[in-house]
Amino acid sequence: MSLSTDDIKVGETRESVLVDDLKRTRIVQYAGASGDFNPLHSDERFAVEAAGYPGVFAHGMLTMGMTGRVLTDWVGPEALLRFGVRFKAQVWPGDTLTATATVESFEDTLDGPVAHFSVRTVNQHGVEVVTGTAAALLEP
Amino acid sequence: MTGQPFPVEAGHIMLFARAIGDESPAYRGEAAFAPPTFTMASAHYDPEYHLRPKPGQEWFGSGGGPGAMPEGGGGLHAEQHFEYHRPVRAGETLYAHTVPGRSWEKQGRTGRLLFSERVTEYRDADGERVVSAVTVAVVPEGPATPKDTR
Repeated sequence: MSLSTDDIKVGETRESVLVDDLKRTRIVQYAGASGDFNPLHSDERFAVEAAGYPGVFAHGMLTMGMTGRVLTDWVGPEALLRFGVRFKAQVWPGDTLTATATVESFEDTLDGPVAHFSVRTVNQHGVEVVTGTAAALLEP
Repeated sequence: MTGQPFPVEAGHIMLFARAIGDESPAYRGEAAFAPPTFTMASAHYDPEYHLRPKPGQEWFGSGGGPGAMPEGGGGLHAEQHFEYHRPVRAGETLYAHTVPGRSWEKQGRTGRLLFSERVTEYRDADGERVVSAVTVAVVPEGPATPKDTR
């Protein structure tokens, strides 16, 4: 799957609900898949009593991983050239996350046209948990 | 090739894609693409990775008691950046080489914030760059215990 510049326009957006009522089990699932077993993310007693948080919270990389779907569903996993985010707020069990990708600009490069995106993921309160940018190579 | 070998396995991609809730067929099968953040899972292949319990070594999580925050353990992931030189697919082995990047500090609301980068290059068997990853960590100076922000 590859998009051409005829398929998408500057200002166009895609929105995707990434998770509804995030479960602790999903966070454990991500720990197992990624290999990051920091107990802050899966060990409620450690997170509360030893680390002083209200409870366990999601790996930033789980949120970034989920956020990537709004891009790869659009341009395909093989087209991405860059993807970068800033982690703005923590994601807690029970959160519902929605990601939005927006086409910001096009650029002609030697390899072909490149689309530049902004991405943001918000929780159910509208608070940004992740913001970032991405770029994808399009069909000439 | 030098660097930590990271065999990109189809089953691992499947487990990772499930964990991020992505059922795309692109991530299934013997020639599956890897999701954009998959290279983080190379931690599994790092024998020294500090966020994995190891037999015979103390682990800082809860057991009979709540456990203890390790020294300098108040750090959080501030930013993550990937550059893809080509797609990653199941069946290949990548070689990860990590070096420290820049470090800087900023005045936060409750004290100094110390930022530091770790730069990991994932190369293929021919030595070609496949993915360049930059992790930015932030450690607050002073008491690590955060306020209730929930």
